[in-house]
Amino acid sequence: MGSKAKWLCKLALGPVLLLMSVVAMAVGGEASEYNMPQGVTAVGQQVYDLHMIILGICVVIGVLVFGVMFYSIIYHRKSRGVTPATFHESTKVEIAWTVVPFFILIIMAIPATTTLLEIYDTDNAELDVVVTAYQWKWKYEYLNEEGENVSFFSNLATPQAEIHNSEAKGEHYLLEVDEPLVLPVDTKVRFLVTANDVLHSWWVPMLAVKRDAIPGFINESWTKATEIGVYRGQCAELCGRSHGFMPIVVNVVSKEDYAQWFTAKQAEAAETKGLMAKTFTLDQTMERGEIVYDSNCQVCHGANGEGGVGNAIAGSAVATGDIGHHLDIGIDGVSGTAMQAFGAQLNDVDMAAVITYQRNAFGNNMGDIIQPIDVYNHKKD
Amino acid sequence: MGDHHHGPAKGLSRWLFTTNHKDIGTMYLWFSFSMFILGGAFAMIIRAELFQPGLQLVEPGFFNQMTTLHGLIMVFGAIMPSFVGLANWLIPMMIGAPDMALPRMNNWSFWILPPTFLLLASTLFMEGGAPAAGWTFYAPLSTTYAGPSVTYFIFCIHVLGLSSIMGSINIIATVMNMRAPGMTYMKMPLFVWTWLITAFLLVAVMPVLAGAVTMMLMDVHFNTSFFSAAGGGDPVLFQHVFWFFGHPEVYIIILPAFGVVSQIIPAFSRKPLFGYDSMVYATASIAFLSFIVWAHHMYTVGMPVAGELFFMYATMLIAVPTGVKVFNWISTMWRGALSFETPMLFSIGFLILFTIGGFTGLMLSIAPADFQYHDSYFVVAHFHYVMVAGAVFSMTAAIYFWLPKWCGRMYNETMGKTHFWISFIGFNLTFFPQHFVGLAGMPRRIPDYALQFADFNMMSSIGAFIYGASQILFLYNVIATIRSGDIVTDEKVWDGAEGLEWTLPTPAPYHTFETPPAVK
Amino acid sequence: MTSQTSTEYEKYYVPEKSRLAICATIGLMLSIFGAASIMNDMTFGDPNEASSSWTIFYCGMFFFVATLFAWFRTAIRENIAGMNSAQLKKSYVLGMFWFIFSEVMFFLAFFGALFYVRNLVGPWLAGEGDGGRMNGMLWPGFEYAWPMMQTPQEAVGGAASQLVANSGTYTSPHTSMAFADAHVWWHWLPLWNTLILLSSSFTCHVAHLGILAGDKKKFNLWLGITVLLGIIFLCLQALEYYEAYVEFGLTLNAGIYGSTFFMLTGFHGFHVFMGMTMLLIQWLRSVIGKQFTAEDHFGFEASSWYWHFVDVVWVFLFLFVYIL
Ligand code: HEA
Ligand code: HEA
Ligand code: HEC
Ligand code: CUA
Ligand SMILES: [Cu+2]
Repeated sequence: MGSKAKWLCKLALGPVLLLMSVVAMAVGGEASEYNMPQGVTAVGQQVYDLHMIILGICVVIGVLVFGVMFYSIIYHRKSRGVTPATFHESTKVEIAWTVVPFFILIIMAIPATTTLLEIYDTDNAELDVVVTAYQWKWKYEYLNEEGENVSFFSNLATPQAEIHNSEAKGEHYLLEVDEPLVLPVDTKVRFLVTANDVLHSWWVPMLAVKRDAIPGFINESWTKATEIGVYRGQCAELCGRSHGFMPIVVNVVSKEDYAQWFTAKQAEAAETKGLMAKTFTLDQTMERGEIVYDSNCQVCHGANGEGGVGNAIAGSAVATGDIGHHLDIGIDGVSGTAMQAFGAQLNDVDMAAVITYQRNAFGNNMGDIIQPIDVYNHKKD
Repeated sequence: MGDHHHGPAKGLSRWLFTTNHKDIGTMYLWFSFSMFILGGAFAMIIRAELFQPGLQLVEPGFFNQMTTLHGLIMVFGAIMPSFVGLANWLIPMMIGAPDMALPRMNNWSFWILPPTFLLLASTLFMEGGAPAAGWTFYAPLSTTYAGPSVTYFIFCIHVLGLSSIMGSINIIATVMNMRAPGMTYMKMPLFVWTWLITAFLLVAVMPVLAGAVTMMLMDVHFNTSFFSAAGGGDPVLFQHVFWFFGHPEVYIIILPAFGVVSQIIPAFSRKPLFGYDSMVYATASIAFLSFIVWAHHMYTVGMPVAGELFFMYATMLIAVPTGVKVFNWISTMWRGALSFETPMLFSIGFLILFTIGGFTGLMLSIAPADFQYHDSYFVVAHFHYVMVAGAVFSMTAAIYFWLPKWCGRMYNETMGKTHFWISFIGFNLTFFPQHFVGLAGMPRRIPDYALQFADFNMMSSIGAFIYGASQILFLYNVIATIRSGDIVTDEKVWDGAEGLEWTLPTPAPYHTFETPPAVK
Repeated sequence: MTSQTSTEYEKYYVPEKSRLAICATIGLMLSIFGAASIMNDMTFGDPNEASSSWTIFYCGMFFFVATLFAWFRTAIRENIAGMNSAQLKKSYVLGMFWFIFSEVMFFLAFFGALFYVRNLVGPWLAGEGDGGRMNGMLWPGFEYAWPMMQTPQEAVGGAASQLVANSGTYTSPHTSMAFADAHVWWHWLPLWNTLILLSSSFTCHVAHLGILAGDKKKFNLWLGITVLLGIIFLCLQALEYYEAYVEFGLTLNAGIYGSTFFMLTGFHGFHVFMGMTMLLIQWLRSVIGKQFTAEDHFGFEASSWYWHFVDVVWVFLFLFVYIL
């Protein structure tokens, strides 16, 4: 290498350092608008470092390569009256630029391997959460060795009006849910990710977790958040029409808060169980039914029962016909269509409410009430 | 024996019934350009919807159809046929052959394409709409959860595969069998070499894609369980089979582009290509490696860690032969006598932007980091850098470079340079910000996004309109050239160009090399 | 005419304009449009609607096959008229070789699928191994063995009790196709099929030797035998399918075992049919058309390569589908 080459190296260093420092400045611990977040887990930090190292190496190589090229473009142009050289090979140089990148790759591969092995080490988790993806919502189930599991669905909470631009968009537009996943801080949590229908992918950038949800298979991954906070993510695998509308919100809280939340959740479940035996009035049922409808059925059947992906409920022959058949569809779905079996997703109280709602809303005036016990009995037959 | 010494026949029958490699090449090129416009129009719809947060123009279901058709049409309708068209025009001229080895089949390979894409596009008007599971059509979204159009789609893929296989067999037979005496393998122009290897890749992987869609067909209509765990299958099986095709496919797209650039850079550097031999070996190594890296698209499916590591290492290795190519091109320019006509500008644009795309590819290949990148706009940015700035730029360069040879008329240089600069700026404005939104967490294939991604998306959409509009200039320039460009008669249109095609008269006669030239 | 090797350049025959390609395209497009419509009507709509789709399909197929017939006839006539240089013949050889290579890759996709589900997916579903230690939660009671005689769905008590949305009902066979009983080994059809196909490869080779020696009688005889063996193979295969469906309960719905079994043997059977047809045509050309000489018999040669390829595929099938 002549002095020219050395000069080039120096020339190259300037912009690299500049670029790296700008990037480094821009990125605090928080989510960034233009770089990978460092995240709130040790693994996330490692992944971030890895990302920055490779980016740095690529920038350096890029600056060198493009530096040489631009030098050539500037100094070796025909308009300067140069005569072209005639060389067309050099075994030495060619070997060098085969071997050197190879070693650079090895340098990259070492931290990549250790990080990967760590990501795959799902053993010794203190808490197991089963994450099941549905078109288009998430179900979280906390495995609980003493006592019953706690489980609930997490739906998009952004109103349709915001999506269709008739209302101003809120701060967490599209990244808000009706019920977030709650996790204790400083705890190794293992996610058992699966799907009910098609592929989905559970992704929370700040936790550096992305795992595909595959129907019929369970994938494992884990996280250990070190900071309390709310972390948001989205489904990352195309899963059909509302793929863009199935966000994830993770609420990392202190261990005490978590314990409290968990007990409250259990109590709530017990209460719902208690409701099963109760008899409701039409108004009570309709009120509950509307909530259930809006979070579960509205995406496909429309805010006013006008239909969409699914048939219209307003004036539907099913919703104004035999109750048994209506319940069948709600519980077992219609196989081969987007209409899924809600029997396992909604408890009997909610199922009773939503079916009642469908029969009495949107101009369907059947006037009949379905009670939780009816659903229970219907399921048994 | 027929008297095929005359020029072409007149009228439509010339095109329908032709067996001439130049006619067929021309048809391929025009067809692919029209598909580029169609796929580009879909991209414009995507970008218009993404201009602002909120649902503006289209329905989410329709948006997915746009994404899917955009990917499919660009890959199978625009890029692949365009390079086949180039191969048809140039390979016989470059190796001193009278025509392609199997001329009638050549015509068939072409004519399968237009009706097939017509059928594919017509699925938009079918009940349930066009396929909407992405150009990668992962099962079961594309099988048990898909609408009726998927069946038409499957058969379209079958016949497209047929067309590609026949086209490739033709190219292989031509290169292996039709070289002029003295044209040894290691004397062939690099474009011919890259196409030979590409054709080999095509013959190897198109049947595998046919296998994948056949399994889909069976799952959809005959209740088999290839992609259903309940019957003992696995949705991920689809991904393995698809990417065994899909990864080589991306090199099928880029290798001929490498070939083009390897012809153009020496011509405008007025200096022979640096490291010809190593270029050939590097191309072959890339092709070989492309068969053992497919699962880098599937790092997040939950493969065993050993598989993950294997695919990561193998993928990283591809940087070595690709680096050799980049270094060779730059050494070709080093101490040459460079001039910057439009083809050279596009080649340099290719060189810079493809390398950036390659770098992001290398970043994606790092499995633990890919957990963050995967299925985000970072990936979208990566592959548009390699496919648009890689394949499309080099294709554009090729048209400017060889068009004067083909039709004996010179394009308008100012307009060409303007086209380059608008493209270059528009392209970067479109796709550079996508790196940022991707890293910041924006998933791909979504019709609407959170507010923090708004600024970059707006930039990206504006860039896309600019880049798209610059293609009008290109189209105009090409048509104006063909109809009324300045006449060129020099055999060598470019003073630095080397190769047999530049020994022919300009414009290139309808039939070339009826007796083979002697190659020193 | 082609045997005299001249060092001088022979003109490469570039055919005149030809309608063949465009006709073949029309036939092909009608066929696939018809086929797709038939299947859609079966699955999504009213099966009675399928009749018009069938018409389109038959028209397309007829047109397609007729065009191919015309195409090969043209190629043969050109050859007989002496228009084909040695170089062009080599193009045909290359074309056939790479076509067979693409067919190999097609089968590789299905063999790959078979290996993947047998060696990885099955154990995973049963909750073993690196990939799926938790899958036992979804498919409790599923034990993996190959041939898979109980699908995960059946193991959990049917579609209604599985934890994944139901996308089909899979009922396993009660008897597998594997070698069952040494006492009645001669009942085992795959063994006979293997013998038949292997010997047909041999008879095909004898026919080849015959034509190389210019012995047309020998050629016709042994080629005829080869075609017959091919037909017998197909009949036995049909019998086997009948047995599978009716007696063993092995159907396309029988989970992944049935899926891979029918996919592999089905496509192989289809290729045997194609190869047999090709050989039959060569036989007719020889017997009726009095074509082929010791020097010029590429039509036969190409078909025989195809036949040997089909044979090799069967050997792998026999090994991986029936024995191992
Ligand atoms: C023309 C097409 C093309 C090309 C050439 C490439 C080239 C490469 N690609 Fe890309 N890729 C795509 C098209 C292409 N890709 C597409 C379409 C997708 C998305 C598909 C989808 O999901 O829809 C994709 C996705 C994709 C992924 C999956 C991302 C994800 O979904 O999570 C990965 C992961 O490894 C990857 C890697 C690479 C690598 C390592 C290269 C390498 O070949 C790059 C090598 C080049 C260089 C590295 C630059 C030059 C080298 C030097 C200057 C030498 C010195 C350098 C070093 C030592 C650092 N690509
Ligand atoms: C070689 C292939 C190729 C090419 C050339 C392009 C070209 C372009 N692509 Fe795309 N793209 C893919 C292959 C390609 N793409 C693939 C494989 C995917 C993944 C699909 C999937 O997820 O399944 C994808 C996905 C994809 C997305 C992500 C969609 C999503 O995830 O939801 C976006 C978004 O911006 C995009 C944009 C563009 C743009 C703006 C162009 C532009 O370069 C297009 C420019 C061309 C024109 C505009 C047409 C010609 C011009 C005219 C007709 C003039 C008239 C125009 C105007 C007046 C504006 N592409
Ligand atoms: C993912 C989309 C989707 C969701 C969510 C959904 N449905 Fe449906 N629904 C459909 C589709 C699609 C059909 C049409 C099925 C068919 O083709 O028969 C349908 C049909 C129905 C019908 C029959 C209507 C008729 O007239 O045929 C009823 C009743 C029904 N759904 C109830 C519900 C209830 C109750 C919920 C919520 C608890 C719900 N659906 C949620 C997609 C959905
Ligand atoms: Cu769920 Cu995307
Ligand atoms: Cu790849």
